[in-house]
Amino acid sequence: MGKKVLLDYGSGGKASQRLISELFLKYLGNERLNRLDDAAFLTNLDGPLAMSTDSYTVDPLFFPGGNIGSLAVHGTVNDVAMLGARPMFLSCAFIIEEGLEMEVLEEIVASMGEAAKKSGVEIVTGDTKVVPKGAVDKIFINTTGIGQIVANPAPSGHRAKPGDVIIVSGSMGDHGLAILSHRQGIAFDSNVESDSAPLNHLVLKLVQEIPDIHVLRDPTRGGLATTLNEIAQQSQVECLIFEDKIPIREEVKGGCSFLGLDPLYLANEGKLICILPENQAEKALEIMRSDPLAQECAIIGQVSDERPGKVVLETGLGGHRLLDMLEGEQLPRIC
Amino acid sequence: MNLHDGLKDPKLCRNVLRQIEAEVDEQFRFMEVCGTHTVAIFQSGLRSILPDKIIHLSGPGCPVCVTHEREVAAYLELAEKEDAIIATFGDLMRVPGPDKKNLKDAQAEGARIKVVYSAFDALKVAMENPQDKVVFLGIGFETTAPTIAATLKVAKEQGINNFYVLSFHKLVPPALKALVQDKEIKVEGFLLPGHVSTIIGLEPYKFLAQEYNIPAVISGFEPLDILQAILMMLRQKNNHEAKVTNNYKRAVADIGNPKARQVMDEVFEVVDTFWRGIGVIPQSGLGLNRDYERFDALKAFNLTLPDVAPIAGCRCGDVLKGKVRPDECPLFKKACSPASPVGPCMVSTEGSCAAYFKYMVE
Ligand code: SF4
Repeated sequence: MGKKVLLDYGSGGKASQRLISELFLKYLGNERLNRLDDAAFLTNLDGPLAMSTDSYTVDPLFFPGGNIGSLAVHGTVNDVAMLGARPMFLSCAFIIEEGLEMEVLEEIVASMGEAAKKSGVEIVTGDTKVVPKGAVDKIFINTTGIGQIVANPAPSGHRAKPGDVIIVSGSMGDHGLAILSHRQGIAFDSNVESDSAPLNHLVLKLVQEIPDIHVLRDPTRGGLATTLNEIAQQSQVECLIFEDKIPIREEVKGGCSFLGLDPLYLANEGKLICILPENQAEKALEIMRSDPLAQECAIIGQVSDERPGKVVLETGLGGHRLLDMLEGEQLPRIC
Repeated sequence: MNLHDGLKDPKLCRNVLRQIEAEVDEQFRFMEVCGTHTVAIFQSGLRSILPDKIIHLSGPGCPVCVTHEREVAAYLELAEKEDAIIATFGDLMRVPGPDKKNLKDAQAEGARIKVVYSAFDALKVAMENPQDKVVFLGIGFETTAPTIAATLKVAKEQGINNFYVLSFHKLVPPALKALVQDKEIKVEGFLLPGHVSTIIGLEPYKFLAQEYNIPAVISGFEPLDILQAILMMLRQKNNHEAKVTNNYKRAVADIGNPKARQVMDEVFEVVDTFWRGIGVIPQSGLGLNRDYERFDALKAFNLTLPDVAPIAGCRCGDVLKGKVRPDECPLFKKACSPASPVGPCMVSTEGSCAAYFKYMVE
């Protein structure tokens, strides 16, 4: 049987130090983290900053297309980037359940290191706690990110204007369905992989070439529908979207109809929504198409002042219906 | 293009829609009796493009919505038992009980509740927790009953003695009968439930046409399915005839699924049961029969179905019977919303109040 994480590893004593040097520094090490001071000494940051934090508690820990570690890096990198910022530094804190296999932890940390490298960010400070069995479910990770805002003015959910168009960078719902189909108790196979990926390089290109981007958001938990509702409310505009323009993979549609779920509410971890004046749309699409992460980008709707605060879906048949925010989580249906 | 795309094809749909427009002269009131139809009609935007003369009513088609207040009270009481683990489909988690408490609240207070995706998963929970009593909340129509019956057969064969079912299953045809016998409800056509029909087939609906002269069509859930079914009913009405037709042959055999019915028969017996908003409908529910008595949670936990006063102001019953539209209920969007649902029609994803709230563009 392989080694397991013991309560000792979170004690702050020698065992903790061994864990830090033999595991965390091995995969995450860099000049700043290696100092192992109480706080990270940051340079190269000036001008307006963006900061974001998120905790990752995903079940299952490993899913097609990623794991909790890579997700914890991509998620926070993307959140920082959505302000039109260049994410630079991350902190990361682990809360680990006693008894977790060392191998599992190692795989998670290794993929965090890789994800950080790909995103071009440094993990500069961190923390590890080990809690008694049962106190958490295997492992929770919190990451906080900080980055320099490049766009001026910074995109924001408050800035959507009537006449703008709504673009998504690719297919919706992949992450949510990948997770669900691997959750215990759900008996269906799917080949859908999570889209978990760092979007900061794409965002940088977008905001550098198109200064007039009004909104950038990544439709994570709650999916496209929830995020558009937030934007519609923040900006007091209507978002009208066209069902047959929204890219959704066949497998995702199939899985959703099996479970009685709506793909527009499923989480995405590597897609963004971009709202900008119509005359800039082609340019944005061109930039996206030149990026491997946004090959299936599409204009999916437009902003108007008709019903402020609402998201309306025009269906393939030309009918209209509200696309409201969900109350609570989506739950698979009885029959 | 696969089959499903074809059934969503806007051109084909528009053709049928144009025929409906051409052939409807007076009002035509049809009712669907399946929550999945309700949602499909709203989600596809069909409701907003059907001619005004086609009046669409949502019937008692959502298993959560028709679960009687007493039954909700009973399973909430069960949640308080320390030795019980409840296994349930997710839909039931937010249905408010008599004192507004729901399973989510019970869970936060310490009740052990597992959301499962099938009855077999519930059985697995029982096998993994031999020291506890695991109760599966058996709510649903003919669609869910066979798998639950099959699960019970396995439990019996394997001698698993810590698994129970609270059987509040309901049968669709007796409810349809109760509806058409109510003189105030004037339904001129029934969109029959695709899923339930895969099990029971055509036969049990025939009384609608034969005794009550009402056309009824078993329909799939794609927009084209539904539009075709409406057109078929409308034509029959215009020709003063009534038939029960299977327009969902790709999934439903006319004779249904005899094997599934046989498993149901082995495990269940038909009993009188309560329907929310409707009351007792004779011979419209399924209880566990003598051979399966020991799996019956009602008996194992000595549960009685308490008398519960209906919620003041809630018109769920009338909504389920198609007597009022959800937005005609005085509580709709006021005291009652998905955030604080008063009745189950607002909780269930397939409930008609929730569908009106969620999808209707004003
Ligand atoms: S709106 Fe609420 S209170 Fe009114 S009938 Fe529907 S569920 Fe009951």
